[in-house]
Amino acid sequence: MSTTPERTGSADTSISGAEIVLDNVVKRYPGQKTTAVDSLSLTIPAGEIVMFVGPSGCGKTTSLKMINRLIEPTSGTIRIDGEDVLTQSENDLRRRIGYVIQGGSLFPHMSVAKNIAIVPKLLGWDSSRITKRTDELLELVGLDPSRYRDRYPRELSGGQQQRVGVARGLAADPPVVLMDEPFGAVDPITRQRLQDELLSIQRELHKTIVCVTHDIDEAIKLGDRILILQDGAQIAQYDTPEVILGAPAGEFVEDFVGSGSALKQLSLTRISEIALRTPTTATVGERTDDVRRRAESNGDMAVIVLDGRGRPCGWPWLRQLTGEKLVEPTEELINLDHRATLNDALDTMLSSSHGAAVVTGDRDQYLGVVDFRSVTEHIRMLEEQAARD
Amino acid sequence: MWDFIVERRGQIAYNTLQHANLVIQAVLVATVIAVVLAVLITRAPRLQGVANALSAIGLTIPSFALVGILLPLTSIGTVTAVVAVTFYAVLPILRNAVVGLQGVDQILVESSRGMGMSELASLWRVRLPLAWPVILAGVRTSTQMSMGVAAIAAYVLGPGLGGYIFKGLSQIGGANAINYAVVGTVGVIVIALIVDVLLLLLGRLTVSKGIRV
Repeated sequence: MSTTPERTGSADTSISGAEIVLDNVVKRYPGQKTTAVDSLSLTIPAGEIVMFVGPSGCGKTTSLKMINRLIEPTSGTIRIDGEDVLTQSENDLRRRIGYVIQGGSLFPHMSVAKNIAIVPKLLGWDSSRITKRTDELLELVGLDPSRYRDRYPRELSGGQQQRVGVARGLAADPPVVLMDEPFGAVDPITRQRLQDELLSIQRELHKTIVCVTHDIDEAIKLGDRILILQDGAQIAQYDTPEVILGAPAGEFVEDFVGSGSALKQLSLTRISEIALRTPTTATVGERTDDVRRRAESNGDMAVIVLDGRGRPCGWPWLRQLTGEKLVEPTEELINLDHRATLNDALDTMLSSSHGAAVVTGDRDQYLGVVDFRSVTEHIRMLEEQAARD
Repeated sequence: MWDFIVERRGQIAYNTLQHANLVIQAVLVATVIAVVLAVLITRAPRLQGVANALSAIGLTIPSFALVGILLPLTSIGTVTAVVAVTFYAVLPILRNAVVGLQGVDQILVESSRGMGMSELASLWRVRLPLAWPVILAGVRTSTQMSMGVAAIAAYVLGPGLGGYIFKGLSQIGGANAINYAVVGTVGVIVIALIVDVLLLLLGRLTVSKGIRV
């Protein structure tokens, strides 16, 4: 179960994560008949995102918390990068493992910067290094440091708090990050964005991320591998999302993954895998007349406006263009990360007046546009492929 | 009345300062004792009922009676006064400190431990700062109450304005009886108000902006 072939795609970048091996891990609470976790053995490869899913009470959170010893295993061993966690001091161990939980659980009496600085401070970093690192992390999670570092958690939205929570978990650059229902407390649109951002961060950092969720769609979207657990943390299946959707191991997994697994396949295809349309673009500050002429010669009714750093910031119709020079549009544009799934894409397209969505790459750089036609074409292609197999 | 005050202004000022001094010191000591006790109590949930019962009973003991009980142990003088005032001062702070510490979201505590804070660090950097506004409210209540208790402690020759009140009582009908009683009482009220303002200020300075109401 623990030997699955390596997935390709991350070969060109260094992996900063560490391998985690659970060996016959048991957790039994005194006075309870059933065992919370009954002999769980599992290898979590370095640099991958592994999602723990299962019905509530199946022991997924218990299993997660045993990795950083918030819950002490009754028996069995857990090794991170070959080192047994039980032989280390629990505080030292935890300072080397990022921990992100629902809602961010920021300390309300500390500013954003102080919250992020907790682990670096515990590790005794000097203050200039901490300040530099805090700003770096705020940038990474898409919050402007000068605006946000001195704010208090209650002055942030739920999504922003969660972003700071992720930044805090990554503060001391730990090889392993544990996440417990990290995006459970935010609305669906924010959740989708946070998931995309996490994927984009992971592309840069290659941590080993273990994430508990009850949402199978989230697991399919984020996971390099998914661990489906049933009562007593018995492994129902541990494999890549493709295999779990394509060849569920038994009735339990089938039920859990749910019906419409053809539709769920949409959660498996990333936007980066399909062909994007490239309509007319313009940069803030260009002459409006030039832009209009260019769009009309391309046969476009609207134009995508990029800011000075190549990030899309608006998608006005030509008739909305007024004034001599192009200014930054005021309405907010909902972008899709190119690692977002077709499922997310359909969602965003449905709420867009263009019937399409703007796709961005790393650090929000503009890539192109995805529309219904490109998605349906892709689905048709998949179907033909399946028919041939 | 005015002449009475002017004649004795040095003495009154001295006694007023002594009164404030006694209360402030007793409350300081009481705060430390109460917070330490509260930390212990919140660690062992079974102690909590006991603590609540004790503090409820404690508050029903008349301060006169307590002073009487203490006399054989600590004899007449300042020590008895300090012990008595401190005893009462602990109770409201203890109650608030327990409530405050329990009010801290368990998830935040677990999160602090999960990031590698030791139990002491978690107490010092997460639990106490979050409970502090509630504890401080207890300190204010306690200070107000201690002003009165300290006046009674003058019965065993403790320092402060209580002496004037007792003198007034013992000379009822005499020339200066009312003067003594009024000066003692008003003096206590004035210090109480000033110290309360100072405590409010302390709250402004020590309660994090992130949790201020």
